[in-house]
Amino acid sequence: MDATEIGLWGVPLAILGGAIRVSTPFIFVSLGEAITERSGRINLGLEGTLVFGAMSAYAVAVMTGSPWLGLLAAAFAGLCFGLFHGWICKFPKVNDIAIGIALMLFGSGLAFFFGKPFIQPSAPDLPAIPFGAWSDIPQVQAALDVNVLFLIGAALAAFLWWAFRNTRAGLILRVVGDSSDAARAMGLNPNTVRLAATGVGGALAGIGGAYLSLYYPGSWTEGISSGQGLMAVALVIFARWNPLGCFAAALLFGGAGALGPALQSVGVTQGYYLFYAAPYILTLVIMIATSSPSRSLAGAPGELSITK
Amino acid sequence: MSATISKKAVGVETIGMTMRFGAFTALDDVSVKVSTGSFHALLGENGAGKSTLVKCMMGFYHPTSGDILVDGREVTIASPRDASALGLGMVYQHFTLVPSLTGAENLVISREKVPGVIDWRKERAALAQFMERMPFKLPLDVKVAELAAGEKQKLEIVKQLYLGRSFLVLDEPTSVLTPGEAQEVLGLVRAMTRAGDLTVLMISHKFHEVTAFADDVSVLRKGRLTGTGCVTDLDHRQMATMMIGDQPIAALDSRAEPKPDAEIVLKVKALKAPDRTGLKSIRIEDLDVRSGEIVGIAGISGNGQKEFLEVLAGQRPRDAGEVTVRGTAYAATRAEARALNVRLIPEEPMKNACAPKMTVAENISFRTFDIDGNGKPVSWISASAIRSFSARLVEQFKVKTASLSSPIASLSGGNVQRAVLARELTGEVDLLIVSNPCFGLDFSAVAEIRARIMKARNAGAAVLLMSEDLDELLELSDRIVVMSDGALVYETPIAQASVQTIGEHMAGHH
Repeated sequence: MDATEIGLWGVPLAILGGAIRVSTPFIFVSLGEAITERSGRINLGLEGTLVFGAMSAYAVAVMTGSPWLGLLAAAFAGLCFGLFHGWICKFPKVNDIAIGIALMLFGSGLAFFFGKPFIQPSAPDLPAIPFGAWSDIPQVQAALDVNVLFLIGAALAAFLWWAFRNTRAGLILRVVGDSSDAARAMGLNPNTVRLAATGVGGALAGIGGAYLSLYYPGSWTEGISSGQGLMAVALVIFARWNPLGCFAAALLFGGAGALGPALQSVGVTQGYYLFYAAPYILTLVIMIATSSPSRSLAGAPGELSITK
Repeated sequence: MSATISKKAVGVETIGMTMRFGAFTALDDVSVKVSTGSFHALLGENGAGKSTLVKCMMGFYHPTSGDILVDGREVTIASPRDASALGLGMVYQHFTLVPSLTGAENLVISREKVPGVIDWRKERAALAQFMERMPFKLPLDVKVAELAAGEKQKLEIVKQLYLGRSFLVLDEPTSVLTPGEAQEVLGLVRAMTRAGDLTVLMISHKFHEVTAFADDVSVLRKGRLTGTGCVTDLDHRQMATMMIGDQPIAALDSRAEPKPDAEIVLKVKALKAPDRTGLKSIRIEDLDVRSGEIVGIAGISGNGQKEFLEVLAGQRPRDAGEVTVRGTAYAATRAEARALNVRLIPEEPMKNACAPKMTVAENISFRTFDIDGNGKPVSWISASAIRSFSARLVEQFKVKTASLSSPIASLSGGNVQRAVLARELTGEVDLLIVSNPCFGLDFSAVAEIRARIMKARNAGAAVLLMSEDLDELLELSDRIVVMSDGALVYETPIAQASVQTIGEHMAGHH
């Protein structure tokens, strides 16, 4: 068999590679949102945080020449957005969903405003580890070129899954998310815990944004996010607030996103545009399939405004 | 910190406790002595000051004047933290356990000092050792949401003991339990007080529990201590007098003799509807309610009674089955309810039977505002007719309201229920569906509301009464049906009803 002509095998391979490449921002945003929602609050503003994170990472990387400083800047910007959301939601009669939508538009708008000068210059990329170096086949090499952030994301998912059960912080987060009354009876302040959870969630979403601008697609444009931040919220619900579920769901979405380009690469010329919509169709199908008019979601944190 | 109950029971005494909120005196010079290792009951109506008193003990409120002695020494309790340091703990009426955490997780996280990373193997061993010394046997690895109410209540008590508390306030601990569970929990708690491990102050309004389990009793009325003493020296009548003073209590109408061949008004056949979670369904195979009888539905909350009522009220769609009233299919539309004289008194009347921000007059007129005296629809709604109609009913049902045009949300719970009764019991009533009508109301309102229901029955209405209060059902019903796990599992005429058997069926032990 010719090394460069692997025929239809290219499709699953490209989907695998795509899943790894495309899923990374989903992983970070959804893990961040899982932490926030487990504390009993929903932050829809993560889309804005993602875009602002992408911009700030790119800008700092261009100016300093270091992608890692860019990543830190994105995380810090995300943290600020998260804390801002958490701080506003502390006030009585504030609706976390409405604030989230406002912050989503605010974050994107601010990112476009500050990001104008950075559309042209190019920034250094985050490093990737070539796990496919053993193979001579370029497709295999391309698919297994795994960015370090993906590995960090996978480790983080496993860590969070463990931490929700086995650490004090994890248990406190679940207590606050499930019952404000019980938390107060234990002498915990739900607002403080939620503030911290929203802050961490924002920081993770910022890192997801940094991946977008510093690795894949790897440049700053205003259309850099195609709704990943919003879909990650849907994904958390689909994953039933379980970090490992978030990781798996992110891979699934990533794979669906890679379907279109993969079909195109093997020479399907008609209708592949339809497959570009796969992640969105998947979102819809999953939301419909997992919802019910009369049943509340199993595993949902009790204090979450959408499930109350 | 490893939890121990090495601390022996402590006694608590209040001296001249007074608590004022502005001009309102919630507690007036109350001195109660709960001696070490005793089981003390605290009786009183809603608003009598029971919870103010225990909140002062627990450090939630700071009394205007008065002292607290713990084990004979004067102490300052400025916060709940101080109270727990002294070994004082409280079990609330509503559970404070976190539903999605397991029992073990709930216990460990409620400790004051929790390590950053929890070593579950060590914790589990410590918990197993702790539980060996407990009279309660509980599964600790199951999510609290999956425990039965009795188990939750036990876990609440165990939690307090795990935290090293040796003086416990129990706030109406049996309100969510079956009679069997209540017996068991209180029996175990009493055994611990007997052994000298624990002192208990129990807030209650059930006289039979007080007589069966408590050593001493204190009674509060309107913020004052109206009586205290040994339970063995007092009978129910004396306790009731201390509790409610000398105000007259509405007496139940004597029960008119039921006619076994009276017309069947409500007939439910093979009804099927999804329950709250959507995972299970309720199935009512066959239920008849005849004219002039009260059929009581007993059951622990969450066994489908609420859903059954919602179906009958038109609040919940049904999957299958038929409901007929006087032989006519009934789907709970406004027109049908009017034509067939079906009336409804749902639980939580403010939520289910009122528009909170509309006025008392408007709320009372919901059933009649759009028809004239002859039952013909009117095209122009007369505000003055609404006012005079509701003024008459407010008078007749003794609804205490500042004015007819106050929003109904400004009324107290008992008066909201009176207003709803006024609306529902006026005019011809053929079928009356009632659910937990007296929940959270005080003594005199309860007596009055029960008397009204009995009166409607004697006037020939068929009454379907759902209640979580078994005493209420035993007092009012002609027949009792037990609902468990979404189905009617047991039926008994009142003459042969036994609390024991009903309780067993409620718990699903058959």
